[in-house]
Amino acid sequence: MEWIQQLINGISLGSIYALIALGYTMVYGIIKLINFAHGEVFMIGAFVGFYAIAGWGLGFFPALLLAMAVCAIFGVLIERIAYRRLRNATRIAALITAIGLSLLIQYVVIYFRGAQPEAYPDALSNKTFDLFGVQISSQSILILSVSIVLMILLQFIVHRTKIGKAMRAVSHDMDAARLMGINVNTTISATFAIGSALAGAAGVFFGVYYTKIEPLMGIIPGLKAFVAAVLGGIGIIPGAMVGGLVLGVVETIVSALGYSLWRDAAAFIILILILLFRPSGIFGKNAREKV
Amino acid sequence: MFFRKKITSVLMASALVAGVLAGCGGEKAGTEGSKDSGGGGDTIKIGANLELSGAVASYGQGIAEGIDLAVEEINNSGGVDGKKIEIIKVDNKSDAAEATNAAIKLTNQDKVTAIIGAATSGNSVAQAQIANDNKTILLSPSGTSPNVTVGTNGKVNEFVFRTSFIDPFQGTVAANFAAGDLNIKNAAIYADNASDYAKGLAASFKETFEAAGGKVVSEESYVAKDTDFRSTLTRIKSANPEFIFIPGYYEEVGLIIKQAREMGITVPFMGADGWDSPILVDLAGAEALNNTFLTNHYSAQDPDETIQKFVTSFSKKYSGKSPDAFNALGYDSVYFLVDAMKRAGDTSDATKIKDALAETKDLSLVTGVVTVDEFHNPIKSATVLEHKDGKQVFKSKVNP
Repeated sequence: MEWIQQLINGISLGSIYALIALGYTMVYGIIKLINFAHGEVFMIGAFVGFYAIAGWGLGFFPALLLAMAVCAIFGVLIERIAYRRLRNATRIAALITAIGLSLLIQYVVIYFRGAQPEAYPDALSNKTFDLFGVQISSQSILILSVSIVLMILLQFIVHRTKIGKAMRAVSHDMDAARLMGINVNTTISATFAIGSALAGAAGVFFGVYYTKIEPLMGIIPGLKAFVAAVLGGIGIIPGAMVGGLVLGVVETIVSALGYSLWRDAAAFIILILILLFRPSGIFGKNAREKV
Repeated sequence: MFFRKKITSVLMASALVAGVLAGCGGEKAGTEGSKDSGGGGDTIKIGANLELSGAVASYGQGIAEGIDLAVEEINNSGGVDGKKIEIIKVDNKSDAAEATNAAIKLTNQDKVTAIIGAATSGNSVAQAQIANDNKTILLSPSGTSPNVTVGTNGKVNEFVFRTSFIDPFQGTVAANFAAGDLNIKNAAIYADNASDYAKGLAASFKETFEAAGGKVVSEESYVAKDTDFRSTLTRIKSANPEFIFIPGYYEEVGLIIKQAREMGITVPFMGADGWDSPILVDLAGAEALNNTFLTNHYSAQDPDETIQKFVTSFSKKYSGKSPDAFNALGYDSVYFLVDAMKRAGDTSDATKIKDALAETKDLSLVTGVVTVDEFHNPIKSATVLEHKDGKQVFKSKVNP
């Protein structure tokens, strides 16, 4: 019974990683940029949700939508201000900018509100179901289903809509896409808007599920989501989902065996092993389709 | 560039010399004018080197309020040997380097007999050497780390004392409370692996609890900033402990208790003063915190007569405010020092006063009856508080 419980624990942890990894992988798929500021967009989303619920008394779903909208705009701004000028620069320049931006956002938030943690209000009722001695909370079921729904929605957008087609074209060859009359800037902005909105949603869910939010909360989940995206095959949407769940379960198993202090190490060992032996990830193929 | 640097340093050095000379001049004038140097005149100069601003400003400000009340009481009742106490407050901005500077100012310029401060162990340790070198007493009101009074070489800092108990002592108290008052046989420990504070508490809890005939069935650790504790809690749950000891800070403890209660772990939890924050209640939720206990320096609800007298006069001075542990420790620090001065029969000779401090025995203060041990640590009682619907309620007092 204990092991089934641990599996449930792992899946609920993994679905949070998956939720963040979806946005990560999408941005990478389009412009080949590992957006390290993604974890900070996640944090901003958590705070917007917090102020919306605790300050303005909004309900959970309006707050969620508000956080997603604010994060979408924020993501577009980040791309417009920091990344667009570097689109033709070396990839390492863009990567360093992303890391710098991530630190900048963290400390601007600390400057304005301090580093103290905040406790998320109980915006979403939580029930614990007891199935044959295994406890499952309604919130973790909700998070898992939201991740799956968003994954399907993303797949639909990318493969079935016009903007999705544009995204795939830009991902394939930016210059050729421009020659075909695709507005590359708009397409990339749309990608950032969608990816950041997902991060914002993840932030609000994280806040409700784990209660504690603080300005540096994005660092570790951001890195874990990166590992999850690489594990599933970076740039591949279902890969992010599966990678997140696998990572969550692996971390939980490590803790369950009594090595809780090795949990984070396990995540990064996975990253190293994947990069060494299967850089394209679980779902990666040689001629893979990006986005 | 090099040349310019040199000029700057020459200028700085001359400014420094000028400053020192000016300081000396001022001092001399003062001595001649009122025969009032150090504690030799008609006031007793005591420095307060406190965190009045910065990260832990609330600690320093709390201590300052306690000090002010105690000084007011003593001066109104005639002072010590007819001399009034004069407190010289310096803000160390919650920073160790600033604390050192403040200690240098207090010892060299103000020539105080004793310094009360700082609130945190780190900022207290930063001044220990200066206090020893200048033969000035340093009394830390709330520095609970053992190395405030005992240097890294294992030698006791001669002039350094503290008013609070030390960290590991709270582990002992928690173990006695669990084994005695709660009659627990099997306990689990879930400690913050990243802090010495938590590891010290966990070790002393285990030692005392096993000596009392209990059994530690599960020992787990977490790292500060973790957010998901469910897998380790599942492990702890399967070991079936009747009691879980979590030495750590409120940020993680709040999440641990919330997640544990959601998982159906109903046994009592216990921790130490690291739990003492209103944010704990926000994080864990009032209901989840029922049946949890913490040790602390003092409780304003303690029916003890000394405490109630203090609570009344404190809330009179500070418009109805209920004193917290820092207020009480600041207040006690002054009385602790004054008691030693009276027994030493001298208010300015720091060497005599420190001998008297070291010999303190059964001194009744607000935060307990104090006897100082060979390591300059007070042996005194700790208070156990219980959370009831999000409020800390006085449970009992545990003697060492």
